[in-house]
Amino acid sequence: MSDQATNEGTEMSADEGSELHGCPLVDSRGQEVLHVPRDRYTEVLRALTDEGYAMCVDLTAVDYSRFMDRDLPEGIEPERFEVVVNLLDISNRRRLRVRVQVPESDPVVPTLFDLHPGTEAMEREVYDMFGISFSDHPDPSRILMPEDWIGHPLRKDYETGSIPVQFKGAPT
Amino acid sequence: MLLSELNRMSSHLLFMATNGMDLGAVSMMIYGWREREEVLRFFQKVTGLRMNHNFIRPGGLAADLPAGWRDDVLRLLDMLPDRLEEYDVLMTGQPIWRERLQGVGVITPTEALALGATGPILRSTGVEWDLRRDMPYLRYDEVDFDVVVGTYGDAFDRYAIRLNEIRESMGIVRQILDRMPSGDYRIQDKKVTPPPRARIDESMEALIHHFKIFTEGFRVPEGEVYVGIESPRGEIGCYIASDGSPTPYRMHMRAPSFVNIQCLPHMMRGGLVADAVAVISSVDPVLGEVDR
Repeated sequence: MSDQATNEGTEMSADEGSELHGCPLVDSRGQEVLHVPRDRYTEVLRALTDEGYAMCVDLTAVDYSRFMDRDLPEGIEPERFEVVVNLLDISNRRRLRVRVQVPESDPVVPTLFDLHPGTEAMEREVYDMFGISFSDHPDPSRILMPEDWIGHPLRKDYETGSIPVQFKGAPT
Repeated sequence: MLLSELNRMSSHLLFMATNGMDLGAVSMMIYGWREREEVLRFFQKVTGLRMNHNFIRPGGLAADLPAGWRDDVLRLLDMLPDRLEEYDVLMTGQPIWRERLQGVGVITPTEALALGATGPILRSTGVEWDLRRDMPYLRYDEVDFDVVVGTYGDAFDRYAIRLNEIRESMGIVRQILDRMPSGDYRIQDKKVTPPPRARIDESMEALIHHFKIFTEGFRVPEGEVYVGIESPRGEIGCYIASDGSPTPYRMHMRAPSFVNIQCLPHMMRGGLVADAVAVISSVDPVLGEVDR
């Protein structure tokens, strides 16, 4: 784990090289972003919660398969998927964004359900749309698409233009 | 800001209507929709559409406010206080209404925070959190308003918060009317906002800018950003990742109802089946943002 946050291109880092819990902390357009490796995800999130980031406002993902040369701090290897968690600290009025690189070959991330039960629906949505699984999630099913749907619509390689009708009982 | 506060009022008025209807106060439904229609009529005059206005755009607004807008807003502000008093008589002080809502669908501050609930649900538990005050955007740091909070976290608190937020919003609108600056309604950056229609006929550059904006758009720098604002239902957020092209690489909306609706099982646990309707109604979910 390098403690140097690179400062190239658009990620204008105000405090270059800063880190939090051993993870590079960069500045993205005035907002704090923490790049957490996947194997330390739960541990760091738990520490952040104890620090005051008690509320998980948002959890989403990005499929970066067509934008692999994006700016990342040194020591963070770009992977196809990225899980993005937006945390909020109500008492100190600050936000923090956590980005986790998730490889295509093994798209599994530990669930945040134990820490932030409110992520239940958000993680299901990410699974539904991107096919990223959350281990130990209490109900790892689809949430928006029909449960027998094939494919994950927000992946960049999801075929559009000729989608077969997949609803139950639909004439084929 | 004027429009977003008016929209908050119209949204809460609609809540009054549906909340009343769900609990059997059918006349309240008529009243709520009636007042909301007045607000929507103003929106139609300003933006051309009753809902989904697409009016606030990169660089400013789509058009200037129409002549006579101030009188229209003042007419709304004159009309609403009396109508809100009527609601108080009809519902707030009425024993049946209180019986149906008080102590129903209780949620604690810890639960609300853990579940990511925002807006009136979080405030009903006594947590003072309003992005307009705590992370000001637009000019909310320049106006005076109270953040309405509840005590018990029950359905009645959520009802009372929304009713009083209409009053706070009216106060904000009054302050905006006093201080509305004159000037352009959008920035004159030809790369971002289209040129005035009249310029296109006489200027080649204006035509080129117009064509570029509407066929290609404008390029934004690479990077990613999350912005959240206080919608009538809680924090509505937008996460955009850009690869430097004119279209967003990924855009994600954090919809408040999608998150808030997860509170329902906790609010309903141990309650009566008959109260389920009151609880669902008090969360004020819009299913368009839940099943999107």
